[in-house]
Amino acid sequence: MGIHRGHKARPIEWLAEKFIFLVSLSAILMVLLIFLFVAREALPVFFGQTNTALIQTPIPPDDTDKHSPAELQAYLELTPDEFAKMSKTTLRTLMEVKVEAQADIPENFRNDPDAHINTTQWKYLMLPHQWDNYDKPEFIWQPVGQIKKFNIIPLLIGTLKVTLIGLLFAVPLAVGAAIYVSQMARPRVREIVKPAIELLSGVPSVVVGVFALLIMASVLQAIFHYQTRLNAFVAGIALGFAVIPVIFSIAEDALTSVPRAYTQAALALGASRWQTAWQIVLPAALPGVFAAAVLGFGRAIGETMIVLMVCSASVMSWSIFDSARSITTTIAAEMAEAVNGGPHYRILFMLGALLFVATFLSNMIGDLVIHRFKNKLEGKR
Amino acid sequence: MKKVITLLAAATLAANTFAGTITVKGSDTLVILAQKWAEVYMGQHADTKIQVSGGGSGIGFAALQNQTTDLCDASRKIKAAELQKCITVFGGARPTEYKVALDGLSVYVNPANPLKELTVEQVGDIFTGKIKNWKEVGGEDAPISVYSRENSSGTYEFFKEHILKGKDFAATAQTMPGTAAIVQAVVKDKNSIGYGGAAYGGGSKLLAIKKNASSPAIEPTEENVMNGTYPIWRHLYVYVNPAQDKGEIGAYLSWIRSDDGQKYVKDIGYYPLPKNLRSN
Repeated sequence: MGIHRGHKARPIEWLAEKFIFLVSLSAILMVLLIFLFVAREALPVFFGQTNTALIQTPIPPDDTDKHSPAELQAYLELTPDEFAKMSKTTLRTLMEVKVEAQADIPENFRNDPDAHINTTQWKYLMLPHQWDNYDKPEFIWQPVGQIKKFNIIPLLIGTLKVTLIGLLFAVPLAVGAAIYVSQMARPRVREIVKPAIELLSGVPSVVVGVFALLIMASVLQAIFHYQTRLNAFVAGIALGFAVIPVIFSIAEDALTSVPRAYTQAALALGASRWQTAWQIVLPAALPGVFAAAVLGFGRAIGETMIVLMVCSASVMSWSIFDSARSITTTIAAEMAEAVNGGPHYRILFMLGALLFVATFLSNMIGDLVIHRFKNKLEGKR
Repeated sequence: MKKVITLLAAATLAANTFAGTITVKGSDTLVILAQKWAEVYMGQHADTKIQVSGGGSGIGFAALQNQTTDLCDASRKIKAAELQKCITVFGGARPTEYKVALDGLSVYVNPANPLKELTVEQVGDIFTGKIKNWKEVGGEDAPISVYSRENSSGTYEFFKEHILKGKDFAATAQTMPGTAAIVQAVVKDKNSIGYGGAAYGGGSKLLAIKKNASSPAIEPTEENVMNGTYPIWRHLYVYVNPAQDKGEIGAYLSWIRSDDGQKYVKDIGYYPLPKNLRSN
């Protein structure tokens, strides 16, 4: 065999190369298609084409002929294609159903001022509103019922709350472990600790969730004596366990890729191992460690199962001992029952698009920082 | 090689011409009962195949619109938007609604809670967050922790419409992914309250419910649900495209609601339909 310099690729190698290229291309295409799909389903929210006003003036079925096809099509919420294909009897039945739906509205909602508003307008999605039966203007996420309330602020706060608790717990632990493993541990210890932490990423998040739900929640409540057993704090800690391996392995990579000359120079000048690790290696690897934290953020904000199992009340509160509802939980729990193509469905997709942008940005920042860091260490600037 | 291809072709042909497959999709509340029915019915009719899957009532209605399922199980009535879609697809016909079982819903509390009964109005006020402490309803002086279902659940919607009278659940109500999760949380949390099917309540205490302040407190037993004295109950439904409600599917639907089919309802923890609702 031996090395054949300048040897022309054999057909099978050529094929393999093209195949691998196609696979990577399809991955990019996949991401693009998913984003396009999510964005397309969410667009009607951005253009204000959804309407949730409970009370609408129905058109009596006998007056069908008095209205133009375009009016009827908008009134029945159909696509032009569906409307064109429809028979006279179908149209008639649909008109009757519209009238019946209005007649079915319970008496106590007929005089409700909220029954006339379209709750999918941006001011109701983002700002507090004085709803009937509430003492003061509030942010409410209650998407199912007669008056559908879609305020996304409690979900954003819930997501941030859980994610930040998770990171505050995971970053110091993971970075500490990375420093220990890369700088201080004896080779024997390193060979055990490193794979053990990385094995943690292989634990399915649903298993972490069950563990948190049944055991961690009770233990933490016994220690901290808070009132709500399942809250953002428990979810955050459990989330931390899912994020630790991600941060650990990237931070450990960054720390070990600091040139040995740095360490040797520091030690030769009389610094202790501890001083070397803290004052020489960690500052040199800081961009890499920061990138690890940012990628951990991306992992945490997109995590679904753990948060879904541990806490899910959409409370408008910054307290870590209150419950929280994250965006991922909301999508996972509510998508199955949202009427296909309805306002609730559209808003869930809008939330999905939001999440996609957030994780995309955090991953991109993390990648850029890692790249910079590698170039800097290699002296390329 | 040729032999294999002919064999394969024959197999696909056989699968295509095999008409006796009924697909059932929908409510998770009904899925165990639907599986039981399917199992027994397939035992009696060897040439009929029934495929049952869950996912939720909304998933079932979506499948009914897309005509990827024959029957749709539902723990709530069809919504206006879903009805419109179905009518558009079915060419003007409304989907047929069959009531297939009764479900009594219980209010669970921790076994250590000394309280025995509540009125329907008190239950509503606790879940909307108007009543926050057990002492307001004659219990101990302790804050109430409220457990509810996810808003995708038919049980959640039923409770919101009929017990909370359309008002919102308290924002602090913790939503759990299933009835079993609620029961588990209620058993672990001393000051808790939750709701769900009576059959799932093992380990927790089921409260007796009073229709109003002056009426007697009624236990959620089979007898009380079936004679209508227990105030919190609902129907469970099966929806079908009327054009398909004939032949094998029609026979299966009428068997479900016959005395023979209704016999199995109680095994799953729901209650059979009263006689006057069975055949229509």
